[in-house]
Amino acid sequence: MLEIESLGVSYGKTPILRDIDITVDDGEIVGIMGKNGVGKTTLVKAVMGLLEASDGRIVFDGDVVVDATEASADDASNGVTGHLATALGLGSTAGTWVSADERARRGMGYIPQGRDVFPELTVRENLKMGESINEDDDEVRYEDVYDYFPILEERRSQEAGTLSGGQQQMLAIGRALIGNPDLLLLDEPSEGVQPSIVQDITRDLQQVNRDLGTTILFVEQNLHVVQHLAERCYAIDKGTIVDELGPDRMQEREAVTEYLAV
Amino acid sequence: MALYELLNLTFQFLDSFAFIVLATVGLAIIFGMMGIINLAHGEFILVGAYATTLSFNLLGVPLVLAMLVGIIATTVYGIILERLIIHRLYGRLLDSMVVTFGISLVMIQLTRIVFGNSLDQIGTPFGGISYGVYSYSAYRIMLAGAAILTLAALYVVFTRTTFGIKARATIQDEETARSMGVDTDRMYLSTFAIGSALAGLTGALYAPTITMSPDLGANFLVEAFVAVVVGGPSVLIGTSLAGGFLGTIDAIFTYVGGTFIGQVALLTAAIFAIRFLPDGITGLLEDIRAKRREAQ
Repeated sequence: MLEIESLGVSYGKTPILRDIDITVDDGEIVGIMGKNGVGKTTLVKAVMGLLEASDGRIVFDGDVVVDATEASADDASNGVTGHLATALGLGSTAGTWVSADERARRGMGYIPQGRDVFPELTVRENLKMGESINEDDDEVRYEDVYDYFPILEERRSQEAGTLSGGQQQMLAIGRALIGNPDLLLLDEPSEGVQPSIVQDITRDLQQVNRDLGTTILFVEQNLHVVQHLAERCYAIDKGTIVDELGPDRMQEREAVTEYLAV
Repeated sequence: MALYELLNLTFQFLDSFAFIVLATVGLAIIFGMMGIINLAHGEFILVGAYATTLSFNLLGVPLVLAMLVGIIATTVYGIILERLIIHRLYGRLLDSMVVTFGISLVMIQLTRIVFGNSLDQIGTPFGGISYGVYSYSAYRIMLAGAAILTLAALYVVFTRTTFGIKARATIQDEETARSMGVDTDRMYLSTFAIGSALAGLTGALYAPTITMSPDLGANFLVEAFVAVVVGGPSVLIGTSLAGGFLGTIDAIFTYVGGTFIGQVALLTAAIFAIRFLPDGITGLLEDIRAKRREAQ
């Protein structure tokens, strides 16, 4: 479903991520854990296409959505179009870069850190925004979303900004699920949500994975979510992957907490 | 107050309301939804008015068709300007003011060079309605209807259509909207085109009533900016309430002391609004709603 090869991301000249290699198979739930400031959000945004990669490749569902490898950059910049684009100030045409909106239409669902629901749209309008995700699947899943999160149906006419933190997180997940994404990306789903609701959301995401076969990749620093949601997990530190934990090691508290601020 | 005088005051209100709403609505959409302070808004209206007048006078097309030409010409002009210049200014409020002020100056001088200092006017259609010693232009009454219809149409577009929901979402959080599959560049272009089309509509509708000169846009700009400030952040409700509030003030003071006093009252109201309602009428309403929510 998703292959990330030697991914690098920089802010200006400062490298934030380097040599990231991650593979997520169809139907898997994979976590990426790490402390604050190690590059988790940067990684999810780069996968979604909200940040440009400075190096490496990302392949989503068999299609290359990012190719910023040196070979690709050389090929493009040596070509006539590369020189012409640079001369016209249109930026480099090096490599491949599929925009975030196109990645969403191809089947990536994204739940940002802090939920980022549209506060002045109603719950129903927020959910409608998810309809553009995964254009290959015409079906919209309002009934499924309302089954998972009945509170959203009760409050469908209410402005999203007036919901509680937990309800906003449910809405953000529901909004991403409406279009039936092939891959669901979550950026710290537990942030700002009370513990009992975190457990509910963890259970709901597992249910979504079982019912709809949705592949899930999430970044997190909450021990409960990492241990209960992920089938396997990568650990990230200082912008690079430092460990990969399979199902057995995932159950060892010490093996997980080593990479979290617990 | 005699019935005739009440009617006169009502017509004065409808006239002011229509003018303020139609002058404001394009500016309010471009500012409220895109964060661009378009100081060339008056010159967008100029394009609509000139295109309408020229196609009526030179091509001899019916007035309604000439107005359609005016709207289309302004929309195309807006789209070209957005692609060439404006799209580089999103999120740069002060830069957008300087650049659009420059565009405004260029447009006025260009119009003067190409078309001279004036054009033949179309002439106001539909004649007048007489009541007692008063008479009033039927066309100007129709303009009030056009202003209300415009607000209603925009309400439907921005609250009841998928485009409107996506446009509002893009304004609130562009990055999240993109990650929901929205082509935000196209959304900004479309919203700017709607704002331009509305300015074109205003120019087209007022072309038969105003003197066609290159600086005609300035007649609209003051009322438009005052109404945007008084209306506050909510584009449609703000424009409607500001149109009602300022229209009432303008009508009453114009009725009492003439056009000049009406303008003075309008600007005085704007000063009071900036001082006591810095977020405009809709900002005040939003504060009240927030306090009620907290109390609950």
